Amino acid sequence: MNQLDVPFLYPALITGAALFSIGLAGIALRRSLIAMLMCIELMLTGVNMTLVSFSYANADLTGQIMVFFIVTVAAAEGAIGLGLLIALYRNMKEVGTAQLSQMKE
Amino acid sequence: MMEQTSLLSWIILLPMIACVINGIGGAIPWKSTPRIPGTVSGILASAAVFGSFVISVMLYLKLTGGHESVATAFEQTLFPWIQVGDLSIPMAFRMDGLSGMLCLVVTGVGFLIHVYSIGYMSHDENPQRYFTYLNLFTASMLILILGASLPILFIGWEGVGLCSYLLIGFWFEDLEKAKAGKKAFVVNRIGDLGFLLGMFILFRDYHTLDFMQLKEAFASISPEVGFGALSAITMLLFVGATGKSAQIPLFVWLPDAMAGPTPVSALIHAATMVTAGVYMCCRLGFLYALTPFTSGVIAVVGMLTAIVSATIAIKQTDIKKVLAYSTTSQLGYMFVAVGVGAYSVAVFHLITHAFFKALMFLGSGSVIHACDGEQDMRKMGGLKDYMPITFWTFVCGTLAISGVPIFSGFFSKDEILWQAFSSQLGGIPLYLVGLVTAGLTATYMGRLVVLTFLGKNRSSKHVRDHLHESPPVMTVPLIILAVLATFGGFLSLPHIIGHSYLNHVLNGIVPESLGHGAASTEWLLMAVSVAVASSCLYLSYVLFLDKADEKETPLTKFLYNSYYLNEFYDKTIVWPLNRFGIFLWKIVDVVIIDGAVLLSARISGGAGRALKVLHTGRLEHYLAAFMVGTMILVAIFVSRVF
Amino acid sequence: MTGSDFIQTGLPMALYVVFCVLAIVGALGVVILRNPVSAAFSLIVAFLNVACIFAMQGAFFISAVQVIVYAGAIMVLFIFVIMLLSFDRVELDFPTNKIFTPIPIFGGFLFFAGMSFILLKGKMGAHRGPFTQQAIETAGGNVRVISEIMFSDYVLPFLVMGMLLSICIVGAVLLAKKKVE
Repeated sequence: MNQLDVPFLYPALITGAALFSIGLAGIALRRSLIAMLMCIELMLTGVNMTLVSFSYANADLTGQIMVFFIVTVAAAEGAIGLGLLIALYRNMKEVGTAQLSQMKE
Repeated sequence: MMEQTSLLSWIILLPMIACVINGIGGAIPWKSTPRIPGTVSGILASAAVFGSFVISVMLYLKLTGGHESVATAFEQTLFPWIQVGDLSIPMAFRMDGLSGMLCLVVTGVGFLIHVYSIGYMSHDENPQRYFTYLNLFTASMLILILGASLPILFIGWEGVGLCSYLLIGFWFEDLEKAKAGKKAFVVNRIGDLGFLLGMFILFRDYHTLDFMQLKEAFASISPEVGFGALSAITMLLFVGATGKSAQIPLFVWLPDAMAGPTPVSALIHAATMVTAGVYMCCRLGFLYALTPFTSGVIAVVGMLTAIVSATIAIKQTDIKKVLAYSTTSQLGYMFVAVGVGAYSVAVFHLITHAFFKALMFLGSGSVIHACDGEQDMRKMGGLKDYMPITFWTFVCGTLAISGVPIFSGFFSKDEILWQAFSSQLGGIPLYLVGLVTAGLTATYMGRLVVLTFLGKNRSSKHVRDHLHESPPVMTVPLIILAVLATFGGFLSLPHIIGHSYLNHVLNGIVPESLGHGAASTEWLLMAVSVAVASSCLYLSYVLFLDKADEKETPLTKFLYNSYYLNEFYDKTIVWPLNRFGIFLWKIVDVVIIDGAVLLSARISGGAGRALKVLHTGRLEHYLAAFMVGTMILVAIFVSRVF
Repeated sequence: MTGSDFIQTGLPMALYVVFCVLAIVGALGVVILRNPVSAAFSLIVAFLNVACIFAMQGAFFISAVQVIVYAGAIMVLFIFVIMLLSFDRVELDFPTNKIFTPIPIFGGFLFFAGMSFILLKGKMGAHRGPFTQQAIETAGGNVRVISEIMFSDYVLPFLVMGMLLSICIVGAVLLAKKKVE
């Protein structure tokens, strides 16, 4: 079909927005660092959804290429984050935000 | 005709320089450098004043040309001091007949007193400070006299007030003496307020404060009827004069001022500072001549002061207090003269008073010095044999003040009484009160001489063994002053007897005196006053010889405590102001103002403590904060775009 | 299979909505579930559903990448670490101070509302590029077209990505290494 009825992309867009918002809320709510990292991945996924939807709507593949790169970066960042987590865990037994309150003063 | 000269300012600068030298070299307590010795500072001070005297004589002789006509004045402008819009006050000095005459008196008598002080203060521990202040005083007084405009006069006015405070409270370690100094200054200040207000109104209406220009401005104005702007100005200026010259109601500081060293009393409170008010009125005589209302007030106030002070003086036991009230009384006479329009007569009495009052103060200083500090007359007596020079010079002064013929006081006081009687601004009641006061004057002065010098000696044995005449440095000024007091009257003989040199000097500077009448009336009044004076002197001899203990009736107590006026002022003015000040301190300052300042500090602290809650250090809280901030930004963006 | 079109009615549509719902449910699971392992699995569920949606939109390559990389590599890594450090045994609560709980929820909701509003209001399809489904199909399929673009127009970012990954590997190894005595 050449004519795209754009309103039918709405569920995807809403889902993208929802995923992002849930990830945002999750970061502030969760106290465990791993859960926070997972929420970050969630946020990135939400953005990916939006990009792909628009790429489909605009019949332009630039969006999908961007998603490709985003996924790569997300992977790299996840790996590093987990590495940091492990390093932290070695120094203190628990890795929760309560233990990381050295920014208090 | 004005002539510029650069000598004029040296009259003022010489004492000023000596003051600075004495001050830096002697008064300030340097630890390591030795000070100027007391005698040297005294000689330096006296030399400076003598220098001023010499310059004054030179200029004065040039002024009068040796003859008896005055046609010129000397002027010197140092620098333009204030130039603001309409107001232009250069630092200018002017010497005409009036200020020249008074310069001679101030520097001459001042010089004698400086010399006397060298002897009197020789036992004091810090005579350098004394001479510093004395020189400063002389310089200020000369600024006052030589000032060419009212503000310059006011500078001198304030300066002498300051020096009065410094010198009265010279021995400030004694709290009473310090309080006396403070009282003098504060009461003076009240008068100064009136002076300032008068100046302001004068400037507002006439846009100039220079004496020459004011005289021209007023030349064509007719006398005022009733109370108007001119009367307001003159009344306010007179308030200043009552403060400085110790008239009712602001005379309460003068008796307390006797706490200072006796030469100070002689110089400041007899010969010079207290006459500043009279000088100011004569300088502005052309103004006062236009306001019969104020002149009337001045005459009444002067006469009241004269008689009230005389009644108080009769019952005093301290030798200096008698002389203090006597000063107030004689100043009252001078203001009576001003009030009836006889300005040159006021100046004449000013000059003669300077001579005989300074003489008597110095004499009393000699007595006190000999009696080892004793000032109570009840503990003196029969000093005539121990200190003859002091005794005879003092008698000259007494005869002068009582108005015995030939002596100077006779001519001046008599002229005042004649003017009071015959001027259109005066009247018979004024004359009669003046006559009674003259009688009282003779009485209390006679009492003083009798109790101090005649009869049996009542001092303690210790004092009696040490009674001695004063050294020449103190007696020579006494003798010189005695000569002046005796023969000074020939400056201005009444026209029925002879020629008045003073009137010629002051011609054109102050308005003409208004008194007129038949010559026979004048002779009659003269005879009456002579009779009154001599009978009162004799009366005092009879009544008070060896009568040291007098009964204390309520009347005597009332007079002794100067009509309880000090207590009255205390209760009505001082105490409420004090309470008000304490109120302002304890409540307004501590509670309100400090509280407001502390409140702002507490608010900052409280805000800080409140906001500290946000600093949890917890990551999720910070993230939440990020979120909130981002969302606000997004909201703004959204609302803008859509 | 050639490029599928997005048919507006019928089963594909229903599937589409189901996938969306499941994705959201999975996402919620991440936030709500306490156990980290459960949260990870919930996230995997979300990712798989997202991949399905991508496929329905014709982005086959991306869909595959999503499954392989995201669900297959990243989440496996996550579970590795969880198991390695025995996080599954640790009980972690939601914020102790319950007062702070509504803020992120409310904020998230607001954000969702705002974002939806913007997205749905936008003029989509305004800049139409050349890559319609038709054109992609004739050019040889999604993967081929993407690869052609990638290695011609976007080759530089591609290479940079490569570098990034290498650096990341080195960094991760360094970070997680035990200190050598």
